[in-house]
Amino acid sequence: MSAPANEAVFQDKIDQDIRIEPKDWMPEAYRKTLIRQISQHAHSEIVGMLPEANWITRAPSLKRKATLIAKVQDEAGHGLYLYAAAETLDISRDEMIGQLHSGKAKYSSIFNYPTLTWADMGAIGWLVDGAAIMNQVPLCRASYGPYARAMVRICKEESFHQRQGFEILLVLSRGSEAQRRMCQDAIDRWWWPSVMMFGPNDDASPNTAQSMRWKIKRFTNDELRQRFVDVSAEQIKLLGMTLPDPALVWNETRQHYDHGPIDWEEFRNVLNGNGPCNKERMAARVQAHADGAWVREAALEHSRKNAARQSVQLEGVA
Amino acid sequence: MSVQALIDYTLHLGDNALVLGHRNSEWTGHGPILEQDIALSNIALDLIGQARNWYEYAARLINGGGGKEVTEDVLAYLRDSRDFRNCLLAEQTNGDWGKTVLRQFYFSAYQFYFYGALEHSRDKELAAIAEKSLKEVTYHLRWSSEWVIRLGDGTEESASRMQRAMDELWTYTGELFVPADYERKLSPAGIGVDLAAIRPLWEQRVREVLKAARLESGEGVWMQTGGKQGKHTEHLGYLLAEMQFLQRAYPGCEW
Repeated sequence: MSAPANEAVFQDKIDQDIRIEPKDWMPEAYRKTLIRQISQHAHSEIVGMLPEANWITRAPSLKRKATLIAKVQDEAGHGLYLYAAAETLDISRDEMIGQLHSGKAKYSSIFNYPTLTWADMGAIGWLVDGAAIMNQVPLCRASYGPYARAMVRICKEESFHQRQGFEILLVLSRGSEAQRRMCQDAIDRWWWPSVMMFGPNDDASPNTAQSMRWKIKRFTNDELRQRFVDVSAEQIKLLGMTLPDPALVWNETRQHYDHGPIDWEEFRNVLNGNGPCNKERMAARVQAHADGAWVREAALEHSRKNAARQSVQLEGVA
Repeated sequence: MSVQALIDYTLHLGDNALVLGHRNSEWTGHGPILEQDIALSNIALDLIGQARNWYEYAARLINGGGGKEVTEDVLAYLRDSRDFRNCLLAEQTNGDWGKTVLRQFYFSAYQFYFYGALEHSRDKELAAIAEKSLKEVTYHLRWSSEWVIRLGDGTEESASRMQRAMDELWTYTGELFVPADYERKLSPAGIGVDLAAIRPLWEQRVREVLKAARLESGEGVWMQTGGKQGKHTEHLGYLLAEMQFLQRAYPGCEW
C-alpha cells in the first residue's frame, strides 16, 4: 500500500474506535508520541516509588507497613506493564532507562517534592493518585491496544491506592491535635502540585490537539483538572480539612468549582530541574542501576555458562 | 509447660520475621532490576505477614494472663532491643545484593526445616501458622538458592562479593541451632522444634547450594550468639529507632 493509503486506513480505524495493534501500520509521529508518553508514564511509576519507599521503614503500624510495601510494589508492577507496552513500539527497556538517566526522558514532576511526614503517604494516595486516575481512566480507551490494556490493570490498582490514601488522612483527621496538624500540612503542600499534574492550560499545550485526533488523549488538560478540583473540593469536607486556595468556590452558573491562579512559574521550575528533590530522585535511580550492574552481569554470565554446560552434555549424549 | 515460655517462643518467631522483613523492605525501590525489586519486596511482605500472625498469637497469650491490652503493634513498636529475641542473622545490614540474598538463603533454609517441623506441633496455633508460612518460605528458599548459585557461579566479581558476604554472615548462622531457654522448655513437650534434629538438614542443604554456587563454606569460624536472649549486635538499635519513631514520638495515637 502507498503511504497515503496506509494513512487513510490508519485514520479510518481511529475514527471507528478500532484499536491499533503493534503489527499495524502507524504514522511515525504517532509511534513517537506513544513512546514518549508511555515511557514517561513508566518512568513516573518507577521514580514515584522513591518518595513513598521513604516511609516504609517508618510506617506507624504493621498493617500500614504492609500496605505501603504492597503499594510501592504495585507501582513497580505498573512500570513493568508500561515498559512492556512501550517495547511493542520497537524500543527496549534499557534504551528507555538510559533516556531517563540521561535526562532526555521526563517523569511526572510531582515526584520531585519531598515526603516530610507520615501524612504525606495519605496525601499522595488521595491527591496524587486521585489526579493520576483522572488522567488515566480515559487512557483505558486510548487508540493503541497495548497501552489501553495496560491502563485497565493500572487503573484498578490505582483506585484502590487512592482509597487507602484517603483512609490514612481520615484516621489522622480524627486523631490528636498533632495528627490533625500533620494532615492539614500535607494537604497544603500536595494540593497545588497535584493540580499542576494535569499539565499546562489548554492554550499552552501544543500536543493536545494532535493527541486527541489520534484518540490517545480523550479530554484536555483543563477538562481533567476541573473534574479533579470538583471531586476534591467535595471530598475535603469529609476530612474536615481545607484546601489551600481561598478562591475555591462553587460557581452556580458553570456548575463547577472555580479555583485560584496556578503558579506556572513553580511548575516550570520543577520541570526544569529546580524542584526540591529532582537531583535526589535522579541520583537514587542512577545509583540503584549502577549498584545493580554487577548483579545483572553475573546473572547473564551464569545463564551463559549454564547454556554452555548443557550443550556440552547434549553433545556427550549424541 | 509455662505460658511464659510459649509467649517468649512466639515472640522470638515474630521478631525473626519482622526484623528480616524490615531489612528486606529497605530495598524496595532500589533493587538491581525491576523484577527483583518486586520479588524481594514480596518476601518482605510475606515475612511481615508472618510476624503479624505470631504477634497476634503472642498478644492473645499475654492478654489471657489478665494484663493490659497488648496488640501486634504494641509488641512491634513499644519494646526495646533487649526485649527483641530475633537471631542476630536477621538484623545484619543489607550490604550489597549478594549479602542480602545470602542472608535470605541461610535464613529461609532454616525457616524451611523449622516450619516443616513446627507444623506438627502439639500447639494447634503454632502448627497452623507454621503450615501457612511454610508455603511462602518454600518459595523464598527457591528464590534465594537460585540467586546464591547465580552470583557464586557468575562473574569473578560476583563470586568474590559472595565470598565476602559469606565471611561476614557465616558467624551468625550457628545461633540458629543453639536453643534458648524457652526453646529448651518447649521442645521435649512436642510443642517447639528440636533444633538438633533440623540442623543436619540445614547443613546438607547449605552444602549443596554452596557447591552448586562453587563457593567455599566458612566452617570452623567462631559463632556469635545472644540475639535470642536479647543481646544483639549494634545494628538492631538503629533499626528499631527508625521503625518505632512515630509510635514513640506520638504515643497513644491511632494510625
